[in-house]
Amino acid sequence: MTISGVALLAICTLLGSLLGDWLGMALGVKANVGGVGIAMLLLIGGRLWLARRGLLSDGIKLGVGFWGALYIPIVIAMAAQQNVVSALKSGPLVLVAAIGTLIVCFAAVALISRLGGVTETMDEIEAREIRALPPDR
Amino acid sequence: MSVMSTISHTLSANGLLTAFALVGAILWLSNLISRYLTFGRIHGSAIGILIGLALAFWAGLVTGGQKGLADVPVLAGIGLMGGAMLRDFAIVATAFEVDVVQARRAGLIGVVAIGLGTLLPFLVGVCTAFAFGYRDAVSLTTIGAGAITYIVGPVTGAALGASSAIMALSIATGVLKAILVMIGTPLVARAIGLNNPRSAMVFGGLMGTVSGVSGGLAATDRRLVPYGSLTATFHTGVGCLLAPSILYLAVRALTQS
Repeated sequence: MTISGVALLAICTLLGSLLGDWLGMALGVKANVGGVGIAMLLLIGGRLWLARRGLLSDGIKLGVGFWGALYIPIVIAMAAQQNVVSALKSGPLVLVAAIGTLIVCFAAVALISRLGGVTETMDEIEAREIRALPPDR
Repeated sequence: MSVMSTISHTLSANGLLTAFALVGAILWLSNLISRYLTFGRIHGSAIGILIGLALAFWAGLVTGGQKGLADVPVLAGIGLMGGAMLRDFAIVATAFEVDVVQARRAGLIGVVAIGLGTLLPFLVGVCTAFAFGYRDAVSLTTIGAGAITYIVGPVTGAALGASSAIMALSIATGVLKAILVMIGTPLVARAIGLNNPRSAMVFGGLMGTVSGVSGGLAATDRRLVPYGSLTATFHTGVGCLLAPSILYLAVRALTQS
C-alpha cells in the first residue's frame, strides 16, 4: 500500500523530530538537535529491516519515493519565501563565503586523492574491462 | 473585475495547489533554460532555486514583507509547500535512496571526506561571517552551515531560531556554492586528479551539495557521477546532524569566552 510508505516516512520524521528535541534538551540547547539526520537514519534502518523480511513492497517504495522526488520543488518553494531583500544588503559575504569554500574544498580533494597513492582512472578501468571480455563476443 | 476576483479567490482558496502549479512552471522553465541556454552545464534545479530567490526578492520589494512570495496573498500556499513540515518530510525521504552496501564500499576515505567536507566549509563560512561583523553564535553557525549545503543552512537556522535574513544569507551561500561547483568542476578536474572512482567519492564527500556534485561530475565525466553522488548523499544528513549540535556548541563556546 502506498500509504504504508507515506506513513513510514511520517513516523520516521516525527520520531526524528521528537528525538532531536529530547537530544537538544539533554544537551541544554533550546533547539532541535539533528532531528532530520536522526529521521534519515531511522528510515534507512526501517528500509533494511523491511527488505530483510521481504516486506519492502512497491507501494511502500512509491509512498516514500514520491516525497523524495518532490525534494527539489519543495526546496524551490522554500527559496521563494526567504527574506532575500535583507540578505542582499550584505551581498559580498555570500560571494566571499562561497568562493572561499570552493577553493578550500577543491584543494582538499586534490590533497586527499593524491595522499592515497595512484589508482586506476576511469579510462584504465574501462580499457581493462574491454580486454577482459572474450574476443569473440 | 468579478472575473479577476473569482480567479484570485480560486487560487487563494486552494493555496497549496497554486503553489504546486507555480513551482512546476518554475522548474519547467528552469529545465528549458538549463538545456538550451547552458547546454546542461547548470542543473535545472539550481536555476529553479535561483528563480525562487529572485521571485522572493521581487515579492519582498513589492510587499515589503519578510516571507518573500508567501506574502503575496494569492501565493500564500508557497509558505506551506516550502515550510518546515514538508521540507523536513522530503529531505528525510531522500535517505531511502541510500544503498548501504554501496556506501560501505566508499569506506574510510569517504568518511574522512564527508567529515572534512562538513568542517572545512563550516569554518570558512563562520570566519567569513565573523569578518563581516556577525558575533552571535546562532548567526555564525547558520551562515557556516549554509556553506556546507543550502539544505543544512536553513535546517540549522530553523533549529536554532535564526532570523529570516540570516537564513536567506545562509541559503544564498549554499546555492552559490552549488552553482560554482557545477561550473568550476570541469575546469579544475584535471588539476585535482578527478579521473577515478576514489577521487570522485572524495569529491562528493567534500563538496557535498548533491545538485552541485552531480552537475559538476556530469559535466566532467558522466561515468564518475554515481561515485560522487554516493558520498554526497550522506553529506546533507551529516551536516544536519552536526551543524545544529556539536558545531553550534563549539561556536557558542568560542563566542562566549
